[in-house]
Amino acid sequence: MKVRILVRLKPGVLDPQGRAVHHSLEGLGFDGVEDVRIGRLIELDVADNTSDEQIDQMCQQLLANMVIEDYSIEKLSASEAA
Amino acid sequence: MAMRSAVVTFPGSNCDRDMAVALANVSGTQPLRLWHGDAELPDGLDFIALPGGFSYGDYLRSGAMASRSPILQAVVAAAKRGVPVLGVCNGFQVLTEAKLLPGALMRNASQNFICKTVPLKVETNQTLFTSAYDEGEIIHIPVAHHDGNFFADEATLDQLEGDGQVVFRYTEPCNGSRRDIAGIINAEGNVLGMMPHPERAIEQAHGGCDGRKLFESVIGALVNA
Repeated sequence: MKVRILVRLKPGVLDPQGRAVHHSLEGLGFDGVEDVRIGRLIELDVADNTSDEQIDQMCQQLLANMVIEDYSIEKLSASEAA
Repeated sequence: MAMRSAVVTFPGSNCDRDMAVALANVSGTQPLRLWHGDAELPDGLDFIALPGGFSYGDYLRSGAMASRSPILQAVVAAAKRGVPVLGVCNGFQVLTEAKLLPGALMRNASQNFICKTVPLKVETNQTLFTSAYDEGEIIHIPVAHHDGNFFADEATLDQLEGDGQVVFRYTEPCNGSRRDIAGIINAEGNVLGMMPHPERAIEQAHGGCDGRKLFESVIGALVNA
């Protein structure tokens, strides 16, 4: 089973990387970009019987730092994962 | 009594030797050198140092992989028994990732790697690690980091300030750290994390000796215990 974990900085936590990319986009002449926030996409290929609870624990214990980050979990269907 | 100290080396540590030299220089005893894959600590350790560097290439987040390594489980257990632990730079990042200290160290607000000697205020000398300093003393210690921007929520920051757990503070903004915090100690007073490198300010040839009193404080307390 393929699982996508999206790890993002919590709202309100300064994202210096996003800010720099925002400036670069403006430098390239793209107008109207209000904000840029950069996160991390982690793709897991896990046994089909892996429980939601186990995936949640992977996020909390390692994949995200709960002090500064939030995460969301998306399980891919067979057609999406192909 | 001779001190029995240890310096942990992770793949990618690069200040481990400097830390070992500082400890040997001040204590007169060579520290043990431990490897990240060791699951057990030698018996009778009375001080553990986590050095600076880029453990595991800073994969995922700075300090994240090291904090889940076999030896860190043993270090966490030792810290909870009261063994003094010092984490410098990447070692500080490891201590926050291991939840031995609150908060997190994020990318510097400027985006730049900062490598320079900075003034620090010793906010308290009522700790195992700062007793040889004067309260409020201004010292000069090198920083060299990309991820030194200390973050914690306001409630945690207020609690740290109120309980005297902010040990070192930048006297001017350095890396975007909340409240200019450069180093904090845990509530029990045996785990100190700091971004500046006291082991790089041990002898005059380093450009200054202001880090020496940190080692003198902790070593003095242990040897006289």
